[in-house]
Amino acid sequence: MTQYMILIYEDEAQYATATPDVFGEIMEAHNAFPAAAEQHGVKVLGGNALQSTGTATSIRGGSDVTDGPFVETKEVLGGYYLVEAPDLDAALAAGKLCPARFGGVEVRPVMTFE
Amino acid sequence: MTDASAVAAAVADAHRREWAFVLAATVRVTRDLDTAEECAQEAFAAALTDWRSSGVPERPGAWLTTAAKRRALNVLRHQGVEHRYLPLLMEDDAVAGPDEVSGVDDIPDDRLRLIATCCHPALDRTAQVALTLRLMCGLSTAEVARAFLVSEPTMAARITRAKKKIAVARIPYRVPPAAELPERVDAVLAVVHLLFTTGHTTPSGDELVRRDLVERSLELARMLRRLLPGDPAVAGLLALLLLTDARRETRTGPDGRLLLMEEQDRARWDSRAIAEGAALVREALRGRPPSRYALQAAIAAVHAESPSWNDTDWREIAALYEVLVQLWPSPVVALNRAVAIGFACGADAGLAAVDALADDRQLAGYGYLPAARADFLRRLGRVDEARTAYTEALALTENAVERDFLAGRLTALGPP
Repeated sequence: MTQYMILIYEDEAQYATATPDVFGEIMEAHNAFPAAAEQHGVKVLGGNALQSTGTATSIRGGSDVTDGPFVETKEVLGGYYLVEAPDLDAALAAGKLCPARFGGVEVRPVMTFE
Repeated sequence: MTDASAVAAAVADAHRREWAFVLAATVRVTRDLDTAEECAQEAFAAALTDWRSSGVPERPGAWLTTAAKRRALNVLRHQGVEHRYLPLLMEDDAVAGPDEVSGVDDIPDDRLRLIATCCHPALDRTAQVALTLRLMCGLSTAEVARAFLVSEPTMAARITRAKKKIAVARIPYRVPPAAELPERVDAVLAVVHLLFTTGHTTPSGDELVRRDLVERSLELARMLRRLLPGDPAVAGLLALLLLTDARRETRTGPDGRLLLMEEQDRARWDSRAIAEGAALVREALRGRPPSRYALQAAIAAVHAESPSWNDTDWREIAALYEVLVQLWPSPVVALNRAVAIGFACGADAGLAAVDALADDRQLAGYGYLPAARADFLRRLGRVDEARTAYTEALALTENAVERDFLAGRLTALGPP
């Protein structure tokens, strides 16, 4: 089994203008995600949503503190899941089910040290 | 003793035919691509000396596979617990048992696993192509680099990165499950098709046909056909390659000038390849919906089976392009459709169809668009406009043979 991070990148602006109905749908999709992933042999170990990039602070070179996210892009890291999967195909199958209606996800294996 | 040159020829032949089979079987033992490649290479090197004394074996592939697997077992014993590689992921049935290494009669064919891994969608297309040439065709990194006009260190880095991703991200070494098979086969076919087109018309440089790439892609298509005999898309790709390549000898004149299909000597087209391709087209078109390769092959078959340029059934070709552009919308297909309309319904209609594509941003910078316009304008006697269009096409074309062709047409229009 290998651990993967499913990193969720989305357009924040769309969340700011989403109706309560849309929000409800997204929350429901996230609640249903672990069970859906399980169907592909993928176990969700954890995950979090992040506050908007407006709340982010970046530090470069250990001292240079700036207001805002590290990279300015339209689609930003807004949350993640940590999952355990038998292989990349299974992790990608779970990644395809991961809710990200205003963007997409990146699937990255977690490094292990022996 | 067998003659050294005969042995060298037999080994070279086996390398071409059996490399992928030997490597794919060895991967079962090593569960690591690099080690398997080394063991397979050593087995081919050993054949050069062993076959001199023992003679060329009846089944070279089985001999080489056994030799490579023995080496692999040795390597594994010496590596012991310090095995430093992240092993490839395999299903249980793919892990070699001890019996399998000694037995040569029933070696499972793992080439589909190997090519599915090379062309995994998590790898980008350039990596898929490089891995396929390297692992399926046994080309050296230097040869792969030359084929794609990049430096050897660049290609080496690309291959290393792709292999690392396979191991670290855990891309499985397996035949894709039935539900995913069509999509995965599609990626494999796209790679083989890209190899063919790269060899068939090099984007730049002096040689119109890069023989080796064309032949390798044909061999891969034939191999896929044997591995997936019921797949209409595979039949379609093999048909397309055969029908296109059947015209190879007539694509350039004695002086190296590009010859249009109109000028080609049809008696010199490869009739065996055409017959084989045409039979495959009928099978390929049974797919629902037909694959893009089946439709492209059907178009190539109309040309190949037409006794002369003037007898070409352009209405049939335009109709096939119409279906193709619906199923597989692409500006290049739309341009080909426009050209076919020009032949079916006259230069006026063709020019109108080409001009309808003039604003397509994906065709901006595509030399065949002004070249097609220029040809219709020339046929309509609109010489000044034709001259401008040929000049524009020349500015966008890098292939030396195609440039000569366009320059010749421009000169034939006379001075402005």
